[in-house]
Amino acid sequence: MTQQLSTAQLAATALLVLLAAGLSLLLELRIARPLLVAAARTVVQLLLVGMVLQSLFAQEASWLTLLVMTLMLGAAAHETQSRQQRRFAGAWSIALAGLPVAMASILVTSVALATLQPARLLSPLVAIPLFGIVLGNAMSAASVTLNTFTTTLLRERASVEARLALGATRHVALGAVRRDAARNGMIPIVNQMAAAGVITLPGMMTGQILAGMAPVDAAKYQILVLFLLAGASALAVAATTYAAAWRATDARHRLRLDRLRGA
Amino acid sequence: MLQTLSLQRLHVGPIDLEAAAGTCVAIEGRSGSGKSVLLRMIADLDPHAGDAALDGELCSRMPAPRWRQRVSYVAAATGWWHDTVAPHFADLEGLRVLLPRVGLPAEAAGWEVARLSTGERQRIALLRALTPACRVLLLDEPTSGLDAESTAQVEGLLHGELARGTIIVMVTHDPGQAGRLASQRYLLADGRLHENML
Repeated sequence: MTQQLSTAQLAATALLVLLAAGLSLLLELRIARPLLVAAARTVVQLLLVGMVLQSLFAQEASWLTLLVMTLMLGAAAHETQSRQQRRFAGAWSIALAGLPVAMASILVTSVALATLQPARLLSPLVAIPLFGIVLGNAMSAASVTLNTFTTTLLRERASVEARLALGATRHVALGAVRRDAARNGMIPIVNQMAAAGVITLPGMMTGQILAGMAPVDAAKYQILVLFLLAGASALAVAATTYAAAWRATDARHRLRLDRLRGA
Repeated sequence: MLQTLSLQRLHVGPIDLEAAAGTCVAIEGRSGSGKSVLLRMIADLDPHAGDAALDGELCSRMPAPRWRQRVSYVAAATGWWHDTVAPHFADLEGLRVLLPRVGLPAEAAGWEVARLSTGERQRIALLRALTPACRVLLLDEPTSGLDAESTAQVEGLLHGELARGTIIVMVTHDPGQAGRLASQRYLLADGRLHENML
């Protein structure tokens, strides 16, 4: 069933990226360099991951699966943190970026594995791709949420402080900021589910159909995956807003922007 | 009675201050001398050393929101969390009565915050702090953006609050205002309060 792509076929699609870069140079959009770097990273990273997965699948070792997952979590935490315009000072920066993502991905992947019941629970063939897609979405949702939270908080500082000064609790005073941040974090997955099949064919389903799976079966898998992603996004977003609000204030209900670097 | 007990933060303090019910303390001093820092410490809005007490009840012994419902800070730069004026107030009837007392029409309750002038915001933010629970007003330059007539109206309102037993601690750059309202006047310099009897 599965058909293999030739290097020539891949190279043909790479022409599109080169074309986009050329267009950027022509129009002075200044995205040629980041675009080419990102494209090169895609090639190197995905091929490397493909090779790693192939050797992992050959091993079938649970401890290796867990090790790879841990490395992925570390990379996700680093990536979430590095996408922030404003960061919390010290080790909190990485903790606030990483822990909500880790919690959401581990929880949702566990639910997924319990539901799918693969022959072996920690078989890398199922666990790692599943964990990867869940982690990626939780990471995007959390990083958008955290970024919106800090930038909105700095912009709305006078409003939050005015509420605190009149005796509002930090929960009430930060309510609007938390809701804004959560909404922004959830928009991508909500849009993705709303548009799925009508405006776009999700990437995973497209890939499976191209690789030869029956469309209805591919659709069922896609629905399952979208639900997992929605759950992971919501958990990551909720945990991020909670943790960020907790760290941006203190037990005496004071706004602690001094804990934000460069604020 | 409001007492501050060795309040200290950054270059300000330790500050010991006492104000009896129905009296006003005016604090003058150059920009950057820490006047706002002092008011924010009394409201417990920034981390600090020392404590404050209202009628013997320590700030540190009660939840901060309850303290700030009684001891409310009104910043020089106002903050808003709804689009129009009215939703910022719990008591709309009270608002309609108070607005004319600071030279604004009762319809101002329906105005959009974004279209208010600095002086209008300043007066409405002051009214917002006049809640039944409020016992101490910490005012940061309450009339800095106002003309002489509006300033007189705000001072009239504050006199009324003092008569009801409210304590006011105000930062002002207007020696005349300090003279009209305050029974204690201090100059904040080098982080310390100096009696200011000009």
